[in-house]
Amino acid sequence: MNETRYLPRTALGLLIEAIQDGGYRVIGPRPEIGQGGLAFREISGVEDLPQGVVDHQSPGRYRLEGSGSARNFSWANTASAIKPYVFAPREKLWRVVRKEGRLSFESMQHELQKTAILGVRACDLAALAIQDAHFLEATYRDPYYKARREKLLLVAVNCSHAAATCFCASTGDGPEVVSGFDILLDELDEGFLLRTGTTRGAVIVADLPCEPASSEQIRQAWDQLQHCREQQRALPPASELAGFADKLDDPRWAEIAERCLACGNCTAVCPTCFCHREFDSPALDGVSTERWRDADSCFNADHSYIAGQIVHPGTRERYRQWMTHKLLSWTEQYGRTGCTGCGRCITWCPAGIDFAEEANIILAKKGAAT
Amino acid sequence: MDVRPRVAIHKFASCSGCQLAFVNMGTDLIELSRLVEIVHMAEVGHIASDEEEVDIAFIEGSITTPHDVDRLKRIRAHSSYLITMGACATSGGIQALRNHADSAEWMRSIYAKPEYIHSLSTSAAIANHVKVDFELWGCPVSVRQMLGAVRSFLFGVAPQVLGEKVCQECKRRGNNCILVTQGQACMGPVTRTGCGALCPSFGAPCYTCYGPAESTNASSFGQCLMGLGLDSDQVARKFASINNAAPAFSEATQMFSGKTWMEE
Amino acid sequence: MISDNPYLPWEAEIVERTQETPDIFTWKLRLTDPEVARHYRFRHGQFNMLYLFGVGDVAISVMSGDEEFLWHTIRAVGRVTRAMMELPVGACIGLRGPYGNAWPLEQAKGRDVVFVTAGLGCAPVTSSVKYVIAHRQEYGRLVIMQSVRHRHEGLWEPQYDAWRSLPDTQVLLTASRDKTRWPNWELGRVSVLLDKADYDKQNCVVMMCGPDAMMQDTASTIAALGVPAQDIYLSLERNMQCAIGHCGHCQLGGSFVCKDGPVFAWPQVEAAMSVKGF
Repeated sequence: MNETRYLPRTALGLLIEAIQDGGYRVIGPRPEIGQGGLAFREISGVEDLPQGVVDHQSPGRYRLEGSGSARNFSWANTASAIKPYVFAPREKLWRVVRKEGRLSFESMQHELQKTAILGVRACDLAALAIQDAHFLEATYRDPYYKARREKLLLVAVNCSHAAATCFCASTGDGPEVVSGFDILLDELDEGFLLRTGTTRGAVIVADLPCEPASSEQIRQAWDQLQHCREQQRALPPASELAGFADKLDDPRWAEIAERCLACGNCTAVCPTCFCHREFDSPALDGVSTERWRDADSCFNADHSYIAGQIVHPGTRERYRQWMTHKLLSWTEQYGRTGCTGCGRCITWCPAGIDFAEEANIILAKKGAAT
Repeated sequence: MDVRPRVAIHKFASCSGCQLAFVNMGTDLIELSRLVEIVHMAEVGHIASDEEEVDIAFIEGSITTPHDVDRLKRIRAHSSYLITMGACATSGGIQALRNHADSAEWMRSIYAKPEYIHSLSTSAAIANHVKVDFELWGCPVSVRQMLGAVRSFLFGVAPQVLGEKVCQECKRRGNNCILVTQGQACMGPVTRTGCGALCPSFGAPCYTCYGPAESTNASSFGQCLMGLGLDSDQVARKFASINNAAPAFSEATQMFSGKTWMEE
Repeated sequence: MISDNPYLPWEAEIVERTQETPDIFTWKLRLTDPEVARHYRFRHGQFNMLYLFGVGDVAISVMSGDEEFLWHTIRAVGRVTRAMMELPVGACIGLRGPYGNAWPLEQAKGRDVVFVTAGLGCAPVTSSVKYVIAHRQEYGRLVIMQSVRHRHEGLWEPQYDAWRSLPDTQVLLTASRDKTRWPNWELGRVSVLLDKADYDKQNCVVMMCGPDAMMQDTASTIAALGVPAQDIYLSLERNMQCAIGHCGHCQLGGSFVCKDGPVFAWPQVEAAMSVKGF
């Protein structure tokens, strides 16, 4: 199963067909015509994938550029990770009907299609494992997340370029995919190195026209990954992150709050953020109502509302909650940080606040607040 | 005896677009008329006096004449619950731009006999004149929002208020941010949710229909817009739109405008 | 039917309601599905999510319960609870639970037991007080302190009077904003009661429920009086929507108050609570 083989570029379409033949809809990176950038959307074949497209990312900025190459995966990452395909940003939970004063509650059973995602990055797989720990591995399991998760086939592609906003090397989550995949590709100019991580993955690729990979091809893939490890940004080492406990009154939080828009874009694109709010959507006739949940953000006032009080009253407290949850309290909750270094919170922040840089600034200052 | 709650829908200075949220309810309008008695809605032909006692008065439009002020006070006195719907009633609307202008001079330059015009020098939100029990933002308000509000009142509770930014709904819809990918001056990061992120979902920038969100950081966002290439006056104009008189936006307009922004 | 969907409420009927004060009411509830009722067991200090049709739900601690019924005491303060106060006897609501951990009643055996509450914080400890009284010989002295703003806002005064007459039991009440001092009542905050309370500081368990600030002050004070910090417990309130550690709203540092709490030993939360707005 761990044998590395070579799939010529011309056979990528056959891989997609083989996945589709397995009963999966295939989600892959697609250029967004109206909105720009790439997004994970359903694709029908190779023709829907970006080709020769490189992303340029910096705080508050994402642009695609043609490189003329034949590659389909020469970008670093998409606007959202695969989170929406497991933790749906809006979901109906249950329904209740009121008849003659009695209430009957019905759970919503979603008809779900088997879903394959092509082009998953190491940081996104690491984030998926973090969300699994949250939604599936505690006392209560989330049935909606679980149903989607069980129908998921993951085709990972190792990165061949790191965006300026990437810092997965410093969190230890990338750029190399090491686990959590069904099928793993390395994209080279002429084709792909292919490995499988599960029996399901192996079954799908069984009939593809693969060849044994040459040592030269394996070396090229290795060099490519080595190149991705040289990243412009880095979080402080995990061993230093406990230092946030002494920085909760640091004046930097207020300085960040002057720039922060409290718009919640960072939490929305973060592949590990799990907060959600529940609400009722009653029918006008008052006979039935549906219970829904929406992805929520710790940047909203109602996130910490209790009768007569907002626990995190201002942007300073909300930004502090966001960063210290990711880098400090997450470790207490799940044994590791809630950040996999994808850099999306930096790129998609309209104000260009640099999460990694701010973490370094706050931790670098000695002692408590002065 | 008819025990249905009595509802009136009143119009002041506005385009009538918010009343359309009632008319556009489709079959829900039939259900609504079963649940409530609409005693006044000039747009569809029910006319009652301003002194008709009602349970809920929905108010569309802003206050721009001395006569409006008297009428509004009569309506308030005869309504147990008063709800503003839309930008005009809630913040003064686009027409509040005139609050910064010399309206007497404008009237002289347009009308042959300005003495026949009885108009206040400002366009004001309903809350500037009477107590408002609940505000529905939007230009126009949406059908979904109206239905949710009406249903809440029928259950005897206030509608749920969400102060979050358009961005969050935009992200739930799976959109890529056009501010980040194209440098478009999208006002989502300062604007209240409620529209379903309609414009950015079609690649067009948000232009503040639903008014300021809670915790709006207009000063930082204005700087962001300048970083995208807008000059200070252009930033001021972005805030001086449909909800220009909402405090967070009028302060931002002042902050970024030179003295010239109203004069062109 | 017991569903495998942890978010799905069960139907419960309001069997009785008592208007305790103008804005506080108590429901006596019955789970209508016999199978659900048979499986439902709560521990003292846990809470339920109570759901109002078409409106939403709120986390409310179990005030008391027996084989058949559950009692919840609720203050009408928000959108959901105000509308709940309007419901008549016979109306149905949704209920799911019980959630969270419990008061350390086992650990308190053989020791003095001290309850310190403010306002409606008296409700979440009521079932525990009753438990201690029912198992009186297993515990040391029982000290009950309750603070309200005005005496007329206080709940269950006859019950406190009855508790006062029990052996080895001290009941201390105070009204922080009253002008007149009534018999058996003090004037002032909880702190005026702490001086009068008589219990073994080295061998007791303290259980508190009330506003964050009151609990912080009280915990620091009694820790300074010599009660070991790990013997001081408090029950916290945060925004709770799922109640099972998924929705994220109730986090306090690394704790999900809904599942790691609501009852915490003081050393677990002291640092986080001392940071304003954290």
